[in-house]
Amino acid sequence: MAENNRAVVRLKEQFPASILDVTEFRGEVTVTVAKNDIIAILAFLKQSLQYNQLTDVTAVDNLGKAEERYMMVYQLLSIPNKDRLRIKTPVSETDGRIASATQVWETANWLEREVFDLFGIVFENHPNLTRILMTPDWEGHPLRKDYPLQGPDREPYKGRLS
Amino acid sequence: MATTEKMTLNMGPQHPSTHGVLRLILELDGEIVTKVTPDIGYLHRGVEKLSEHRTYHQVLPLTDRLDYLAPISNNLGYILAVEKLLAIEVPERAQTIRIIMAEMARLQSHLVWIATHALDIGAMTVFLYAFREREVVMETYELISGARMTSNFFRAGGLSQDVPPEFEKKVRDFVDTLPGYLDVYEGLLTDNPIWRKRTVGNGVISAEDAIEIGLTGPALRGSGVDWDQRRDTPYAGYEKYSFKVPVGENCDTFDRYKVRLVEMREACKIITQALNNLKPGPVLADCPQVCYPPKESVYNSIEGLIHHFKIASEGYAVPEGEVYQGVEAPKGELGYYIVSDGSSKPYRLRIRPPSFVNLQALEKMATGAMIADLVAVIGTLDVVLGEIDR
Repeated sequence: MAENNRAVVRLKEQFPASILDVTEFRGEVTVTVAKNDIIAILAFLKQSLQYNQLTDVTAVDNLGKAEERYMMVYQLLSIPNKDRLRIKTPVSETDGRIASATQVWETANWLEREVFDLFGIVFENHPNLTRILMTPDWEGHPLRKDYPLQGPDREPYKGRLS
Repeated sequence: MATTEKMTLNMGPQHPSTHGVLRLILELDGEIVTKVTPDIGYLHRGVEKLSEHRTYHQVLPLTDRLDYLAPISNNLGYILAVEKLLAIEVPERAQTIRIIMAEMARLQSHLVWIATHALDIGAMTVFLYAFREREVVMETYELISGARMTSNFFRAGGLSQDVPPEFEKKVRDFVDTLPGYLDVYEGLLTDNPIWRKRTVGNGVISAEDAIEIGLTGPALRGSGVDWDQRRDTPYAGYEKYSFKVPVGENCDTFDRYKVRLVEMREACKIITQALNNLKPGPVLADCPQVCYPPKESVYNSIEGLIHHFKIASEGYAVPEGEVYQGVEAPKGELGYYIVSDGSSKPYRLRIRPPSFVNLQALEKMATGAMIADLVAVIGTLDVVLGEIDR
């Protein structure tokens, strides 16, 4: 069970106040943590628990579904232990800012730029927070749920006609 | 007194050695690259956004178009993620054919890699040979799916259809002859003094740096990190096969070249083992909520037609939850992170493309190199812009 997971046990010891939720689904452990401690937790996982590779950073827009609009998702991989862990942290719409994980892993650089580009979440202390996939003068953030599929200034998407 | 100044040079996006539409902004001191800034996004099609508006079944053709040099690997990662959410088992025959095709895709991708990488460095003959062999893989794609590239062959629960009878012989002939061709490529390259001068000591990245920057796949193994998802976190039945995982020692372009060549030989061995295991049987799970009915039933019975129509129009509901499935694609770890809200469309589909993360290492590997060596570094990273830009 997720509660017995080595990383979860250690995290609960180390950051008792910051662990908001622990779930296990299809054998994958997800730990939701408070936003303020995210860098400390990621650094702890990297240094003390051998989660040495940051596989992915992304976000989910829970518009109208959750109190805090965005959920940041970090996928960690421990090469020595052949183990994966998912860390999530909520980011509110009014705030829209989170500390950058680039100080823990260099990998986060482009991955966070992509999240900034497509979701508009701002990463504090990021070395080069600019758009990466869209053009520099683009307006809006396409992966937000309130961004129309057809793009701005067009007829809204009415489903596939064929 | 003579003064020198740095020059800024634009390379790409229309440049043959950038393998697509990669643009690099170079800062040069003479011929030495002092800074390299990749500019990507020219091929952005919004696959992740589009997926949120399509049923799980309709997303599959989009994945073909990510890494278009190995479409089946992309299909595999996506389908495994969906199957993980649905918690359905795949029949053995379907699993074996999936492995055969995934390894064929690895051969296909690596053949294009060796062809273009050698061409970039100036060895044109290899290009012509490797594309001849790749053609056989394309023919196999056509044989099983009708398309040479956009195969769209897998389905949640198995395959879209069984393979034709001539499939087995075609694949077996190919993997029996390919090692001989690989010897030819090695004869042309491995001890070739020009090839060695261009690759040995080029694009060095240490194991620690490689893990830190997130390299995966052959680029990571070339730096001496013994990590292969097929062996270490098996998926799709890879635990039944025995194969070696090659690792490099000197962390340079030459070692990555050796690693990929051994990987091709190992892929041939995996395919041979899979062909020996291939037994007749169903290729689609017995799971009518998710799987399409057989075509005979659709054409000949009203129930079959309704069943087909329901899945095609409404799709199938997928249990609420979130999963991440990574596969060892030819270029590295290809991951799919799916968040389902219980409907028939993904609430969020995140594709973790190996090339995107690997390309990030370019700056580290090419800074301080000659401009001609930069081309070798791009080749050795083996990026494909279709999946970087998505």
